[in-house]
Amino acid sequence: MSLLQSYRMRLRRKRYRLRALRKSFELRKVSDRTASIGPQDVLVFVTLRNERLRLPYFLDYYRKIGAGHFLIVDNGSDDGGREYLAEQDDVSLWTTPASYKASRYGVDWLNHLMRRHGHGHWTLVVDPDEFFIYPFCDTRPVQALTDWLDACGQRSFGAMLIDLYPKGQLDAESYQEGQNPMEIANWFDSGNYTITRNPLYHNLWIQGGPRARAFFADKPKAAPSLNKIPLVKWRKNYVYVQSTHMLLPRGLNHVYDRQGGEMTSGALLHAKFLNTLEQKAEEELQRGEHYAGSREYRAYAEHLKDRTVLWNRWSEKYINWRQLEILGLMSKGNWA
Amino acid sequence: MSVGYVMLVHTALDRATQVARHWAQSGCPVVIHADAKVPDAEFIPFRDSLKDLQNVIFAERRQRCEWGTWGIVGATIDAAAQMLEAYPDLGHVYLASGSCLPLRPVPELVAYLAERPRTDFIESVTIEDVRWSKGGFDHERFALRFPFSFKRKRFLFDHFVEFQRKLGVKRHLPEGLVPHLGSQWWCLSRRTLDAILNDPRRAEYDRFFRNVWIPDESYFQSLARLHSQRIESRSLTLSKFDHQGKPHTFYDDHLQLLRRSDCFVARKIWPRAERLYSSFLSNDPSVTKNAEPSPGKIDRLFAKASETRLQGRPGLYMQSRFPAQERDNARSAGPYSVFEGFDHLFENFESWLGKVTGCRVHGHLYSPGRVEFAAGEKVFNGGLSDSASLRDYNPCGFLTNLVWNTRGERQCLMFGPQDNQHPEGFMASDPNAQISVITGAWAIGLYRTNITSEVVRKEAARLQRIEQAHVEVLRSRWAKARIRIWNLAEFIEAPMDNLQEILDEISLHGPRRLTEVPRLADLSGFGRFLQQLKNDGMNLHMAGDFPAGHAPAPLNPQARPYLVR
Repeated sequence: MSLLQSYRMRLRRKRYRLRALRKSFELRKVSDRTASIGPQDVLVFVTLRNERLRLPYFLDYYRKIGAGHFLIVDNGSDDGGREYLAEQDDVSLWTTPASYKASRYGVDWLNHLMRRHGHGHWTLVVDPDEFFIYPFCDTRPVQALTDWLDACGQRSFGAMLIDLYPKGQLDAESYQEGQNPMEIANWFDSGNYTITRNPLYHNLWIQGGPRARAFFADKPKAAPSLNKIPLVKWRKNYVYVQSTHMLLPRGLNHVYDRQGGEMTSGALLHAKFLNTLEQKAEEELQRGEHYAGSREYRAYAEHLKDRTVLWNRWSEKYINWRQLEILGLMSKGNWA
Repeated sequence: MSVGYVMLVHTALDRATQVARHWAQSGCPVVIHADAKVPDAEFIPFRDSLKDLQNVIFAERRQRCEWGTWGIVGATIDAAAQMLEAYPDLGHVYLASGSCLPLRPVPELVAYLAERPRTDFIESVTIEDVRWSKGGFDHERFALRFPFSFKRKRFLFDHFVEFQRKLGVKRHLPEGLVPHLGSQWWCLSRRTLDAILNDPRRAEYDRFFRNVWIPDESYFQSLARLHSQRIESRSLTLSKFDHQGKPHTFYDDHLQLLRRSDCFVARKIWPRAERLYSSFLSNDPSVTKNAEPSPGKIDRLFAKASETRLQGRPGLYMQSRFPAQERDNARSAGPYSVFEGFDHLFENFESWLGKVTGCRVHGHLYSPGRVEFAAGEKVFNGGLSDSASLRDYNPCGFLTNLVWNTRGERQCLMFGPQDNQHPEGFMASDPNAQISVITGAWAIGLYRTNITSEVVRKEAARLQRIEQAHVEVLRSRWAKARIRIWNLAEFIEAPMDNLQEILDEISLHGPRRLTEVPRLADLSGFGRFLQQLKNDGMNLHMAGDFPAGHAPAPLNPQARPYLVR
C-alpha cells in the first residue's frame, strides 16, 4: 500500500515538473544575472505583482541576513516595480502577463526557475511581505544556519507564517517606501494555532492566528494555512506542491519531531496588514487570481469595510526571535 | 622546552592559515597535514601562504582522512614523527584541527605545560566503565572489523557488521593492551609520544587498530596508558558533541562564553565567525584570568540544547514538535481541573472557587454556544477566540493551547454532558488533569425549569446517555488523570469533605481549612422531581438513590471537624 502510494507520489512529482516546464514558456527574461551566482550563495525566489513600495526594504532585509541572489518572477506589475528590480545588481528578473492562478499561484514558475538555477543551493522562497527569521538571526547570518543544517544532514527547514498586525485600524498609519513594515504592524497572536498532520504529504497543517480569529471564525476550515517550508537545499528533482506549504519528495516535509523533541525551526513574519491591503484586496478581487476564488481577499474586503481591528488585549508585541521561541512558536532545537 | 602543534586540516584552509600563523609566530613549531582530498588548486596557495614561516612544516605524505578510518591516525603518526624529528627538544605536542581556535595566549599554555612536564593531557576512559560512544559500538569497535567506509559504503558497512555479529566473530586484542576511548584531541609529552611511536610492538598495534572503528578515538588513548607516567584524563581542547555525535559549532555570539571558559583551545569554530578569529588570535595576556579551564557553562548550554532536541517542552504543540498522541509526553503543559456537575449543585460555584483557590476559573469552555472564558472575555490568553466553531475545529488543540498559554496559572473549567464531549478522551488520559464529577447533578438544571414534560424527559435521557458514556471513559484502564466520581446522592452526604479533598490538591495556598462555603442549590422537591420522571418511565439513575422526600441541610463549614492529613 505505502509502496503504491510512494509510486503515486513519484508520478505526481513528475507531473508537477512537466507542468513547470510547460509554464516556463510563459516567462520572459528581463535581466539574467544568474552567471554571477556563487556556488555557496543562498538564493531567494519570489513571485510578485505590484509591490514597488515594499521592494527596497524587502531586498535590504534579505541582503542583510546573507542572501546571495534574488530570482524574481514579476507577474505583470505596472507600478514601476519591474524597472526597479531590473536595476538591482543581485536580482535576476523574469516577467509574465500570464495567469497567476493557472500557474498554481506562481508555484509552477518558481519550480522551473529553481530547477534551473537552484540545484545544489540553499533556496528560500518568500513573498515580498514575508520576513524570514530563525534562531540567532540577530547574531548569525543565514549561512550559519544552512551550514549547520548541512552538517546535520537536514535538507529542509520549516518556518511558520506569523501574521503581524497594527494596534489600531489597518489604515491608521501609512507605510512609506523603505520603512520597516514591522514598525507599523508589530503585534501578533501567540497561542491560537491549531495543527493537524497531513496523512498524504506528511506535512503539518497549521491554521489560526488573527486571520482565523477575525475573518474565518465561522468557517475555520477555510482559514489560511500557516505552515511553510521556505528554506530547502534544492535538488533538481524537488518540487513545491502548494505554495511553500509542502514539497515532494515527502521526506522534505519532515521538519517536525514526532517523539516529543523539538527540531530547529524559524518563522516568516507576515507584514501583510498595512494600509496597502485595502487597495490590494480590491484589485485582487477584481482579478480573481487567488486561491479558492480569492476567498481570503473577499474576507478582507468585507472586514476592511467594517473597520475591523485585529488587536486585542492579549496580542503580543513582537520583540525578537527569542520571544517567539519562549512562546513556543519556533524552536532552537539543538542548535546552540 | 615548548609545545609544537600538529594540525590536521581538510576545509576552511584560510582559517587554518590564520591559526597556524598565530602559533608559529608565537614561537611554536607547526606540522600541518592536509587531507589528500584537498585539491592542489587549494593546497598549493595554502602552502605558499605559510612559506615565509620557518617553523611551519607540511607533512610529506598527504593521506586520505575519512571519518572513522585509520587515515586520521596514520596522518597523525606521520606528522608527529616529523615533528619530533625536526624539534627534538619539545616539551609537548598538541594535536589540533584546522577548525580549532586558541582561546588563550600561547605563552599561557606554554607556561601551563612547563609546570607539568611529565603530564599527558589525553582523555582516556576504559570501555568497561564509560559509555562513551553515541549510538552503538562500544566493545564492538575492537571486537569486529570495519573494512568498509561508513559514509560511502553504508550498505556494506552495516551488513558486514551484522554478518560478523551472526558469526560471533571476536578479534583478539594485542597482549597487554587495554582498550581506552577518549577525545581525538590530545596534548602528549614528548617522552610519551616518543615511546608510543618507537614502541617495538608498534607494527602489531597498528595492524590491530587499522581495523578498529574510529581509531582516532582509541589509538593514542589506549597506547598512552602503556607508556605514560601521568595521565590527566581530559582534553585541553574544548570540543562538545551533540546527540548525533556531531561536534557543536561556535559562533560569534559565543565570544563571552568562550572567553570565560578559560579553555586553551576550542573546536569547532564556524569558519565565518569573524569576531571570534579576530578576538582570540592575540597573545594579549590581559583578556584572560590565567585560571584552570572550566567549560561548565558551555557544557550546560549544549546539554540544554540536546535536551530540547530530544525531550522538548512538555505540552507544546508547534511546527517543529508534534508528538504522537500515545506518547507519555503528548499531553498538556501543566495541571488543570475539570469540574462536572458542581456548578449545578452550588449556586455561586465559579466565583467561590476562584476566590478560595486563586486559580483561573472558566465556565463551560466546551458549551455548544460559545466558549465561556472567565469573566466572559471574548478573546483569551494567546488570542484564543470564544467562537465555538473555531474551538470545535480542534477541541483538543484548544485545550492544549489554553494550558500552554497560561503556564504557571492553573485553569479550572466546568464541563458536563451538554458540552462538546470530544476532548474527554484526551483529558482522561492526561496526567495533568484533575477531573471531579458529580454524576446526575445536571438534572438539577432540568428540575429548576419546573416542568416534567415530554421534552424534559427526552433531554434527561439524552444527557444521561452521554454522561454514562463519559463515566465509562473516565473509568477506563488507560485513564491517567486524577479522577473522582460521585453520584449526586453520595456527594451531598458530605459535600464539604469532598470539596476539601479536591481543593487540597489544587489550592495555591496549600491545604487549608475552608472558611467560606458555596451556596448549595435548593434541592427541596428534587427527590420528588426524580420520582416524577421515574413515574413517567425515565429512570435517572446517575443521580443515585434520592428518596422522594429528601432535602439536604444547608452547609456550615464549622459544623464538621476536618483533619488536615
